[in-house]
Amino acid sequence: MVTGNTGTTRRGEGDMRSIRVLTGASVAALMVALAACSSSTTTNAAAGTPASGSAAAKPSGTLVVFAATSLTDAFNKIATQFEAANPGVTVKFNYGGSSTLATQITQGAPADVFASASPKNMTTVTDQSLTTGTPKTFAANQGEIMVEAGNPSHVKSVADLANSALKVVTCAPEVPCGALATAIFKNAGVTVKPVSQEENVGGVVTKVSLGEADAGIVYVTDVKANGTKTTGVPIPASQNDTTTYPIAEIKGAPNATASAAWISYVLGPSGQQVLKSFGFLPPTA
Amino acid sequence: MAHEGTAREKQPFNPLLAVLAALAALFFIFPLIGLITGAPWGHIISVITSETAVQALGLSIVASLSSTAIALVFGFPLAWLLARGSFRGKGLLRGLTTLPMVLPPVVGGIALLLAYGRKGFIGKPLESATGITLPFTLAGVIVAESFVAMPFFVITVESGLRSMNRRLEDAARSLGASRRTVFLRVTLPLIWPSLAAGTVLTWARALGEFGATITFAGNLPGVTQTMPLAIYISQSSNMTDEAIALSLILVLVSLVVMIFRRDRAGAG
Repeated sequence: MVTGNTGTTRRGEGDMRSIRVLTGASVAALMVALAACSSSTTTNAAAGTPASGSAAAKPSGTLVVFAATSLTDAFNKIATQFEAANPGVTVKFNYGGSSTLATQITQGAPADVFASASPKNMTTVTDQSLTTGTPKTFAANQGEIMVEAGNPSHVKSVADLANSALKVVTCAPEVPCGALATAIFKNAGVTVKPVSQEENVGGVVTKVSLGEADAGIVYVTDVKANGTKTTGVPIPASQNDTTTYPIAEIKGAPNATASAAWISYVLGPSGQQVLKSFGFLPPTA
Repeated sequence: MAHEGTAREKQPFNPLLAVLAALAALFFIFPLIGLITGAPWGHIISVITSETAVQALGLSIVASLSSTAIALVFGFPLAWLLARGSFRGKGLLRGLTTLPMVLPPVVGGIALLLAYGRKGFIGKPLESATGITLPFTLAGVIVAESFVAMPFFVITVESGLRSMNRRLEDAARSLGASRRTVFLRVTLPLIWPSLAAGTVLTWARALGEFGATITFAGNLPGVTQTMPLAIYISQSSNMTDEAIALSLILVLVSLVVMIFRRDRAGAG
């Protein structure tokens, strides 16, 4: 089951509930899928190695992907393509702030794959030896100022955000998009006092979209995904900061075959094309 | 067994009841034990005296007490109306005022934004007329907490009002007492247990409020970051030590009040 696409409220505060619902549902679904999985691998091994993925068996069953909120639309689209290319696989997502997801994984959440919006949160997981193999970088993202549609506050630069009359929202500093905001303000040499520090970037998008905040620091991809609901004010390269996205299979993943296949797909030409179309930068940025 | 001062038969020991009750009790006790054993006792003093903790606790206490006061002032008349009044749509009114109890708090927060937010149909004229905005302020926190907690007060007090013996009020009136005297000397003492229970329940709900607060008022240390928000941010940043220590403080504060209430109000 693939969760919502452009619902901005979904990406933020609804995640806590969907995290629990998905985790619970996934565990149940995985039990059923495991039985199907074990029988299908024996029949397909004889049929030969399929073109996709490095695993000998064809991926099937349920795949649980924990991914940063900013990946919502891109990963949903990749999932549609992946499921079409691999009938029998159902991809389920748990989107949230990368630090929340890392915490959940270290506390035993049943994830197959983890895609983080920064290497720092992936390190939390690798520090506890919870990944199989080395994480691979699959995308990069930069910051952009998001303002209300039409830019009624006439924000033109990062420096404008220092105006105390403006209500600016960022992510909490512990979350990748929050660290991004801190770096951008430092690069621009301004002191900005946000009125709220959200737990994930979806919360920032929601506050600006609803008109509660005048501006927020989000990713380039968020501005693009939000369409005409909000307007983006670009940040010059000299002030901007880049965050890279690592992806890794979780150790002891219930569906190792599909995990490897998913990671290969995301790193491969089809996945990269989708990511590019949503505004992500290539991993080498 | 129970010494209730009346000639009541001793309850025969029911093993099934005892086992189920014991399981229920353990269900609540185990997480508490988990918190106590998982706490960073080594450096707990530095955590609970950190700026984050002190600010969060201060905000929590101020906001929860304010919300409780608001519930008392506005909730009591509402409870009275629902218990004593007879008018069309009373059932609907009761349903609406207790809706926040069943709504997921985040939904409450979004609804509050749509009404009292900067672009809300109440919030927008409010800002134009007075310059007051509620989101991102302590006032916003209090609004969010009141929204989710007041229904508890209304329901509890309404129930107390309904179940009290009104004949005592009638008797007092017939003996010449003024309405004010009847209220203060007869009604209030009679509904005192439900008033006390309602107040504590409301305060506890306000103290623990998270979803509506973070959605409507936002999260800013020192301004709107109450204890539950601080705990959430800590645990979601993998700062589990801090999260557990802060949780323990909140549990301790709540426990003290709950135990204190029991003593004052008597057995239940």
